[in-house]
Amino acid sequence: MNILETKNIDKYFHDPVEFQVLKNIAFDVKKGEFLSMIGKSGSGKSTLLYILSTMDTDYNGELYIDNQLVTGQTKDQLAELRNEKIGFVFQFHYLLPEFSCLHNVMIPALKLGKLPEKEIEEKAYQKLEILGLQDQALKSAGKLSGGQQQRVAIARALINDPLMIMGDEPTGNLDSKNTDIVFDIFQNLTKNYGQTIIAVTHDDDFAHKSDRIIEMKDGEIIKK
Amino acid sequence: MNINSLIAKTYIVSNKKLTAVAVLGVLLGMSIYIFMNSMMVGFDKSSASSVFKSTAHIRVYKDDEISKALIHLNNSKSLIINPKVVPINNTIINPNLVIETILQQKDVVVVTPQVNSNVFYNNGKSQISGLAVGVKPDEANLMYNIKSFMVEGNFDLLKSNPNGIVIGSGISEKMNLRINDNLNLTSSKGVNRTFKVLGIFKTNNSNTDKTKSYINISASQQLLKEGTSYITDINVNITDPENAEVIATKLSEITGYKAEGWKQANESLMAANKMRKIIITFVSLTILLVAGFGIYNILNMTVSQKINDIAILKAIGFKGKDVIRIFVTQAVTIGFLGVIGGVLMASVLITILKNVYVGGDIGYFPIDYEPIKYLQGIVIGLVITFFAGFIPAKKAANVDPVEILRK
Repeated sequence: MNILETKNIDKYFHDPVEFQVLKNIAFDVKKGEFLSMIGKSGSGKSTLLYILSTMDTDYNGELYIDNQLVTGQTKDQLAELRNEKIGFVFQFHYLLPEFSCLHNVMIPALKLGKLPEKEIEEKAYQKLEILGLQDQALKSAGKLSGGQQQRVAIARALINDPLMIMGDEPTGNLDSKNTDIVFDIFQNLTKNYGQTIIAVTHDDDFAHKSDRIIEMKDGEIIKK
Repeated sequence: MNINSLIAKTYIVSNKKLTAVAVLGVLLGMSIYIFMNSMMVGFDKSSASSVFKSTAHIRVYKDDEISKALIHLNNSKSLIINPKVVPINNTIINPNLVIETILQQKDVVVVTPQVNSNVFYNNGKSQISGLAVGVKPDEANLMYNIKSFMVEGNFDLLKSNPNGIVIGSGISEKMNLRINDNLNLTSSKGVNRTFKVLGIFKTNNSNTDKTKSYINISASQQLLKEGTSYITDINVNITDPENAEVIATKLSEITGYKAEGWKQANESLMAANKMRKIIITFVSLTILLVAGFGIYNILNMTVSQKINDIAILKAIGFKGKDVIRIFVTQAVTIGFLGVIGGVLMASVLITILKNVYVGGDIGYFPIDYEPIKYLQGIVIGLVITFFAGFIPAKKAANVDPVEILRK
C-alpha cells in the first residue's frame, strides 16, 4: 500500500537566477518503510523533503499522500493534514523551551483536539516511555541534554500516530552514541509499530542500516 | 483550555518582566487618559455651574433698534444719513403673554421676569455703586439656586417683605451690615428707598459679592419709576443647557424679541473651554497611543524571539489564524491587565485630587468619577492594544516555516 506518491515533481528557484533544483521526481513510499534520502549538499534532497512535508507548495507535478491528491490544497487544509498525518523531526529539536517535555509532546494532539486532555496526557506518557524519557516528563524542555531533547521531539512526532515521520537530518546534531539511540528508536518504530519513516541524512552508516535508500544528485534520483 | 490560549498564557507568564513593562505602559496611559478627561469634565461642569449662579440658560430681551426709513418703496432704496439707536423704551410689551408662550415650549423648565437697576448703596457716608436685581424670589431661586450660596438670613423672607433685600457678602462687609439692618438705595432715576437686609449671600466671585443684591421685582420697578408691566429681561432655564442656542433661536422667532443663549453671552469662556478640551484630548490620546506602541514593540520582539517556535508550530499543523490568535490573545491579555490597573489607578488619582482644596470660587478640586470617560478609556485602550498586537501577529502568521527550519 502506497502511503506517499510523487508524479513528475519539478521545482525551480527563481532567485538569484532561474535554476531547476528538482527534475522529474517520481517515486513512492510504502507503509512501514524506513527510507533514507542521501546525496551531496545541493542535490535537492532537503528541498524534496519539504515538498513531501507539504510545507513547500511552490512546485510543479503531483503529490499524493494516503492516496489523496495534496497538490493545490489550501494552506489551512495542508496544516490540518500535517497535524494529523505527518510527524516531524528536525536536525535541531525545536521544542518550546517554556513548556515541560510532557506539554511539548502533547501540543500536536491538543491542536488536533480529537481526544480529551486527560487521554492525551496518558498517551504522551506512553510515547515518552517508548523513548525512555518518562522520568523527564515534567522537566522543562530547555533543561535536557541534546540527545534527550531530540528524543522528546520524536515523541512529539509520534503523538498523533501519524502515517509517517519525516526527518531532516534527525541525527545531524547528535554524537555517535545518541545517533545510535535515535536510529534504534526509528528501527523499533518501523519494525514493531509499522511506522513509516522518511529521513534525509548525511550519515552513510545511518542510511545503509535503513530499509531503503534514495540517492539524489543534481536534482534527480539516481538510485531508488 | 484551548491550546492557543495555553501557549499565549505560557508566553505571558514565562516572560514576566516584558509583560510587566507592557502592562505598566497601558496602565499609565489608561489612568492618565481617564484622569485627564475626568478632570476636563470637572472643569467644564465647574465653569458652567459658576456661570449659572448669575446667568440663565437663555435671556430674552428687547434689543436696541437702529432708526429705519419710515416709508418703504418697492423699487427704491432708502438712505438714512447718520442712523442712530432709536430712543424707545427697552421694555417687553405684554410680558405675561410672552412668559406664558415661552412656558408652553418643550424643554423649558423655569421662566422668570427680571428687572435690573443700577443703584448706589448708601449707609451713612459710605456709598457703593452696584446692581439691584429685581426678581420673583421663588422663581429666581429655582433658576439660580440662590439658597445654596446664602451665608446668613433667609432668602424666603424676601417673598413676604416687599422692602427686603438680600445682599452680597462684600457689601455687608464694607458697609458693616448685619441681618435686619437698614440699607438705603438710590437709583439712576433718583429714587431713594430704604430696604431691610434679610439675607447675605456669597458666590465666591468677589466682584459679584461686592456689587450685587436681590430685591423684589416690584421694588426694582419702583426704583426705576416704572409700572408693574415694566420688564426688561425674561430669563429661561431649560432641561439641557447644551441646547440653549437652538432653543434660543426658536424663542426668538416665536416672541419677536432677542433671545440669547448662555454660550453666546459667554463666548470667551466657551472658547477657553474648547481650547482646553482640544489640548487634553490630544495629550491623553497621545499617551494612550504611546502605550500602544509599547505593546507593539514588545510583541514584535516576542515574535522575533519566538520565530523558531512559530515555525515548528506551523510545521506541526497550526494555521496562520492560530498563530494570530496566540499573539493577539497575548496582546489583549496585556491590554486587559493594563486597563484594569489603569481604571484602579485613575480612581485613586481622582480620589486624591477630589480632596484637594483649591479655594476661591471653586472650593474642592472640580473632578469626579466620570463613567462615560471610564468607558471611553477602556474601549479606546482595548482597541489600541488589539491593533498593537494584531500587526506583529499578522507578521508571525506569515512566517514561512521552510525558511526557518532549513537553516
